[in-house]
Amino acid sequence: MSRSKANTLTIRTPEGVVFSMQLAGPVTRFMAWAIDLAAISVISSMLNVIFGIIGFISRDIAMAVGILSYFVVSTGYGIATEWYWQGQTLGKRLLKLRVMDEQGLRLQFSQIVIRNLLRFVDSLPLFYMVGGLACLISRKAQRLGDFAANTVVVWNPSISKPDLDQLLEGKYNSFREYPHIEARLRQCAAPQEAGIALQAIMRRDELEPVARIELFHDIADHFKAVVEFPQEATDGISDEQFIRNVVDALYRTKNQVI
Amino acid sequence: MIIDLRKFIKEEKPYWDELESILDELEKGTGSRLDLTRLKRFHYLYQRTSADLAKFATFSSEPNIRRYVESLVGRAYGEIHETREKPHRLTPLHWFFTSFPRIFRKHIRAFGISFLAMLIGFALGGFAISIDPDAKEALIGFSHLKGDPSERVAKEEDVDEDRIEGRKTSFSSFLMTHNTKVSIFTLALGMTYGIGTIIMLFYNGVILGAIALDYIMAGEAWFLFGWLLPHGSIEIPAILLAGQAGLVLAGALIGWGKPLTLRNRLREVSNDLVTLIFGVAILLVWAGIVEAFFSQYHEPVIPYTVKIGFGAIELFLLAMFLSISGRKKKFA
Repeated sequence: MSRSKANTLTIRTPEGVVFSMQLAGPVTRFMAWAIDLAAISVISSMLNVIFGIIGFISRDIAMAVGILSYFVVSTGYGIATEWYWQGQTLGKRLLKLRVMDEQGLRLQFSQIVIRNLLRFVDSLPLFYMVGGLACLISRKAQRLGDFAANTVVVWNPSISKPDLDQLLEGKYNSFREYPHIEARLRQCAAPQEAGIALQAIMRRDELEPVARIELFHDIADHFKAVVEFPQEATDGISDEQFIRNVVDALYRTKNQVI
Repeated sequence: MIIDLRKFIKEEKPYWDELESILDELEKGTGSRLDLTRLKRFHYLYQRTSADLAKFATFSSEPNIRRYVESLVGRAYGEIHETREKPHRLTPLHWFFTSFPRIFRKHIRAFGISFLAMLIGFALGGFAISIDPDAKEALIGFSHLKGDPSERVAKEEDVDEDRIEGRKTSFSSFLMTHNTKVSIFTLALGMTYGIGTIIMLFYNGVILGAIALDYIMAGEAWFLFGWLLPHGSIEIPAILLAGQAGLVLAGALIGWGKPLTLRNRLREVSNDLVTLIFGVAILLVWAGIVEAFFSQYHEPVIPYTVKIGFGAIELFLLAMFLSISGRKKKFA
């Protein structure tokens, strides 16, 4: 396991497969905590109303139940939700955060309990100052509770597929005549290169006209160096159209079976 | 290298689906175990999917499919490489009567240090009060204990009506939650390499020593034991156990003489910490009930001999429970 980038944790399995996870920063985590705090308040208020009914029978018992339920909810909320939702509280779910084992192993109940109980120290002296500072200093953005429990909090943004059909609809792609070359392009182009081409097409209207021509010219030159297309496929098309075709070849999933 | 992506996905998808269904089953935590044939199949599917992911790594498109395969491999990796035993089905009685005392005994040295820290505090608190009775103001934080012990005893024994009538249950739950919070805090302070935990135990010892000597010097030892023992014989050991947990955590951080990495040391003690702190919470529930419903009544309502006897029996039973319960039976 290693840390490849400033906010990324990379895990390499013994089989040589590599995963990378984006670590959540203190600000996002603080926001998730604020949502959780609101959830705890709402749950406690609801329980107070429900248990308030006991007050008609005995005020003493109603108060006792109120004290106990607040303690159980405030201490047990994080433990229960993270256990039930496999590393997520309500706040973490909304902000797409997840608690994970530091080594990518299964999250254990004891890890969840420890990271939640150590909030007592992390929240000192006010507003998670100790935890926030630890998170900033730590290489893996861990507060003290995470450190003791061997956990990290990662950010899992859901990837929405770009609407390529809308972008490329009705456009003839001369590359489709050459499936073997398309396959070679898919194989040779790195994900970063494909991403650049896609972003250029999607943001093309934001560019100044001259910059737009120059940018597509540069990118087209780059891809022409990666894979050689027959002249009939590239004749008479602009650099921008060339890149459109490249993006279509790389990202096309219309007839895919999955 | 993937030449025809569609064909590749079509061929591999059944294997991914099969792997996902096994993972779903394993993650449900129903306690079911795979037999050897299915285990071999699971391992094969993991390796096959890992190989697929490696092929995707050289392939620029389909980020969503790649992420899906990556998540499958990640989940399977977690299942296959996890060496810690899965939590069993909830067996609270076995946990309380076997695991809890065993874990206590496993870390008996940490308990010894915890006890020593409180004992030194107790001795110093007592010593401070014996040489300077005015130190009481600074050492004892509770206002109702700052006055003259004999006056308080006379007042407590003279009370006709029940002072906490109508609020015993809420007082009891306040004590439970407050003491549990203090215990969790004592455990959490283990992250300061145990310094915070030691200070916490020492400080509690100082207060206890100051109060004890104050009452003993005033000739109110009988009242003191009658008042403190019923709940203190459980509550004080519970705080010591919380200190033990904090020191176990500190020990894992420091790692003297252990040929393990910090991560593995922390991993090794995590279940023990949870067992200790849950055990402490249960003891404190009992102590809270006794303190609210029993300790606050003095002579002539309840004779001190009864209260002291009750406290002594509790302490004896707790000591027996922690030292004997859960021991493996020896066969002849």
